[in-house]
Amino acid sequence: MTDTCKIEISGLRKSFGSLPVLRDINLRVETGSVVALIGPSGSGKSTLLRCINLLVIPEGGRIRVGGDAFSFDGDAKLSSAREQARFRSNTGMVFQHFNLFPHMTVVQNVMEGPISVKGMPKAEAEARARKLLAKVGLNDKGDVFPSKLSGGQKQRVAIARALAMEPAVMLFDEVTSALDPELVGEVLGVMRDLAADGMTMIIVTHEMGFAREVADRVVFMRDGIIVEEGPAREVIETPKEETTRVFLSHFHNRG
Amino acid sequence: MISYTWHFDIVWQYSRLFLAGTGVTVGLTIAVVTLGLLVGLVAGLMQLARSPVLRWASWAYIEMFRLTPLLVLLLWFYYALPMLTGIKIDALTASIITLSLYGGSFYAEVIRGGIVSIEPGQSEAGLALGMTPARVMRRIVLPQAVKRMIPPLMNQSIIQFKNTSLVSVLAVPDLLYQGQVVAMDTYRALEVYTVIAAIYFVVLLPLTVIVKMAERRLAQSN
Repeated sequence: MTDTCKIEISGLRKSFGSLPVLRDINLRVETGSVVALIGPSGSGKSTLLRCINLLVIPEGGRIRVGGDAFSFDGDAKLSSAREQARFRSNTGMVFQHFNLFPHMTVVQNVMEGPISVKGMPKAEAEARARKLLAKVGLNDKGDVFPSKLSGGQKQRVAIARALAMEPAVMLFDEVTSALDPELVGEVLGVMRDLAADGMTMIIVTHEMGFAREVADRVVFMRDGIIVEEGPAREVIETPKEETTRVFLSHFHNRG
Repeated sequence: MISYTWHFDIVWQYSRLFLAGTGVTVGLTIAVVTLGLLVGLVAGLMQLARSPVLRWASWAYIEMFRLTPLLVLLLWFYYALPMLTGIKIDALTASIITLSLYGGSFYAEVIRGGIVSIEPGQSEAGLALGMTPARVMRRIVLPQAVKRMIPPLMNQSIIQFKNTSLVSVLAVPDLLYQGQVVAMDTYRALEVYTVIAAIYFVVLLPLTVIVKMAERRLAQSN
């Protein structure tokens, strides 16, 4: 296969009740590239991200991540919980509110996926977890409980936890929105390193400076459709669409 | 006020009966708490099932037992059920079944409530790692929920301990039944029932202290 596209989304539709939140979304993400999803709240960007790992089940369309594809069209039968789980294990997800497991230590949080999903031996999982914690700059925090960490540290643990599954892509859902401003930098730093390592990433973010600097492409969404899409610098600095311009004017090149 | 001379020495002569009765009461409580928790766990999980049939079935069970007096249930299971099924069951079996199902209906609500009190983000994080919903429940949600459930489950179990006294109406030889025997034998109802009340109290006092401590520990850890 000469296809260099890691994520392919076509004709994706989803509504909550009578409210359509995604209308015919088409998106391709090249292997190793970083896409920033921006847009006002309620634009559907988080829902799109959650559709990509099936935390939200779409009503129509197709999603392919790597060699794994799901179709949601017409009479396509709903996949089993087991198949969905296998599909999700291939995508790493980081949440706005961290969602660390409070009953486990930091290193146990990172070990949980490999042990309980992949059946990895404990010693091997722990070695991997410690290595990942070192990578996100938390090698001394492995044996504490998440409640003892700052927001920025929690989010870095959450990133390590997702990476432990060696996912094909990483999805970031407003991962700095719940952080105090002075803690945003450390999390963005880890994400910047990941991008430099060649990880394929989709990032829902309000950090326009970060999007411009790290993302290869920026996708602007509004009311469940993709309004504008292009190279990051181009979309953020010289948007073509009026709605994109209005949205971006709220940021004043912050960050 | 009538002057009354207490004669606990007469009661003391029957100490072996009280001991045997206390043994039955404690044993019965352990049995119905264990079985009740199992029933409650199943019914509580069924409340959260995707299938409406399962949800409805557990709802029907829970409300049926919660909204019927325990004494009525005991009599029904002992006297009415055998007529219906043609299978005769002894008083102890009828008591265990009834108390387990009765307790289970209350446990189910505690267990369901404990599970739904865990933020949905926890399940999502587990699912996102690639865990199946069943594994998420076992590894992520239940370990956290159980901690929150323990104080109310222990409270409910304390109530169950006291509820077992009702089985004396079916002539199960528990503490109260033995006491009634002694009272009839000695005509010393005042001493006998005072001693019985004291025994229930003494057994439960340490348990309530443990519940209080558990509640305080939980409040601190949150």
